[in-house]
Amino acid sequence: MSFLSSVFHFFATASSWSGPDGILVRLGHQAELSAAAVLAAAVFGIGVGAMLGHSGRGGFVVVNAANAARAVPSIALLTLLAIQPAFIRLKEGGFLVSFITLFALAVPPVLTNAYVGVRNVDADVRSAASAMGMTGAGVLLHVELPLASPLVMAGVRTAAVEVVATATLAAYVGFSDLGTYIFAGLATQNAVETFSGALLVALLALVTDLCLAAAGRALTPAGVSAKGISRRRVGIGADASTVRPPERVSPAT
Amino acid sequence: MRLIGSAGPLVSWGWVSSHLGAIASALGQHVELTAIAVGIGFAIALPLAIAAWKVPVLRPPFVAVTGALYVVPSIALFALLGPLTGYFSVTTAEVALVSYTLLILIRNTVAGLDAVPAEVREAARGMGYTPLAELVRVDLPLAIPSILAGLRVATVTVVGLVALTAFIGQGGLGQLIIQGFSTNYNTPIVVGLVLSVLLAGVADALLVGLEHLAVPWSRARRRT
Repeated sequence: MSFLSSVFHFFATASSWSGPDGILVRLGHQAELSAAAVLAAAVFGIGVGAMLGHSGRGGFVVVNAANAARAVPSIALLTLLAIQPAFIRLKEGGFLVSFITLFALAVPPVLTNAYVGVRNVDADVRSAASAMGMTGAGVLLHVELPLASPLVMAGVRTAAVEVVATATLAAYVGFSDLGTYIFAGLATQNAVETFSGALLVALLALVTDLCLAAAGRALTPAGVSAKGISRRRVGIGADASTVRPPERVSPAT
Repeated sequence: MRLIGSAGPLVSWGWVSSHLGAIASALGQHVELTAIAVGIGFAIALPLAIAAWKVPVLRPPFVAVTGALYVVPSIALFALLGPLTGYFSVTTAEVALVSYTLLILIRNTVAGLDAVPAEVREAARGMGYTPLAELVRVDLPLAIPSILAGLRVATVTVVGLVALTAFIGQGGLGQLIIQGFSTNYNTPIVVGLVLSVLLAGVADALLVGLEHLAVPWSRARRRT
């Protein structure tokens, strides 16, 4: 049997999909882990980033620290946490260490974009809102965040794609997800298993990217143009005098 | 006293000093894998970016293909390339790493070329520059800050990704990380982590320095 027909056979076999080691269960695990990490990072990152952007104090330091943290390879943090006795003893240790690693990965892009988005809201718009009698919280919730939403959503999208990709590595520390096919296949020199798992992971990442791009467009209030704001966004390796790097700052894994 | 099952101290300097050779060679391999990927990526991206700049029709397909490559997780890309280039080969590692640099480098180069003021290009043509001379002596030099910004992002990204090539048998700091995990010992992982962060920082700083050397006029402008 040729290689590709073996791969096709793997996907065409019902038992590949069902059972505790089947595609559906492992896909579910990867989706759950990723969703939990992205949601937690979105709540934390948007909250902190927006408040820093609103007050305008301390933001520069926090954003730079967040960007510096991006240089830490996820695989190092993941394995380091995974061998700590406290986590080894836990039944859900694999999930927990993966969650912490992915949360740490997802916070910087979300926080940076939320901060820059809120910070860059036109000062005139802000004073107009205050002059109309809005409180600080009202300005943040009803004026600054809606105007910043294209950037905020771009940050969440970057984070989500990185998290879904990196969740594959959780399999290396014993959390069963789609990465398990890749690592088990590499360990046993089973090319069909490795390749099939990789196809699934790649598809999941592409679907995540497309879904969040669509969500970003849907959540952008009418009248807010993504273009005008995103030109001013900040990413690693760029300062205000250089051209911005692409929207998605780095593939995580 | 240590608990049973403990992963040792965070950093055992004894381990570090007795493994200096292995650490240095892992670092060297990491630098080599990174430099090759960024070098080849730049050699491919530059002509493609110039083509996309001159022929705007090419832009959407370039962006679509490099964008899709960019989203595919690297560990999956290693596995997908396996049947073509071998599962545990340096070619597989480098092809995947290069593919991640392309989107960043092409976008930044095109953006830099786009930003060259039309009056400057007209003046160059008025002075009798041929299109090639204008490209080499006017357009590309003016795009250098943007190109170098792309190189910085690409380099920092690749430094992080090289750690994962250890899973397909390549050297580099990822080997230390895997070693620490499989022997349940903190120190090699911490060494791999710290050196990886330092390497990214040093590479970034070197490229900033290069920008200062290559674009003296931007310094002069900032000062005034």
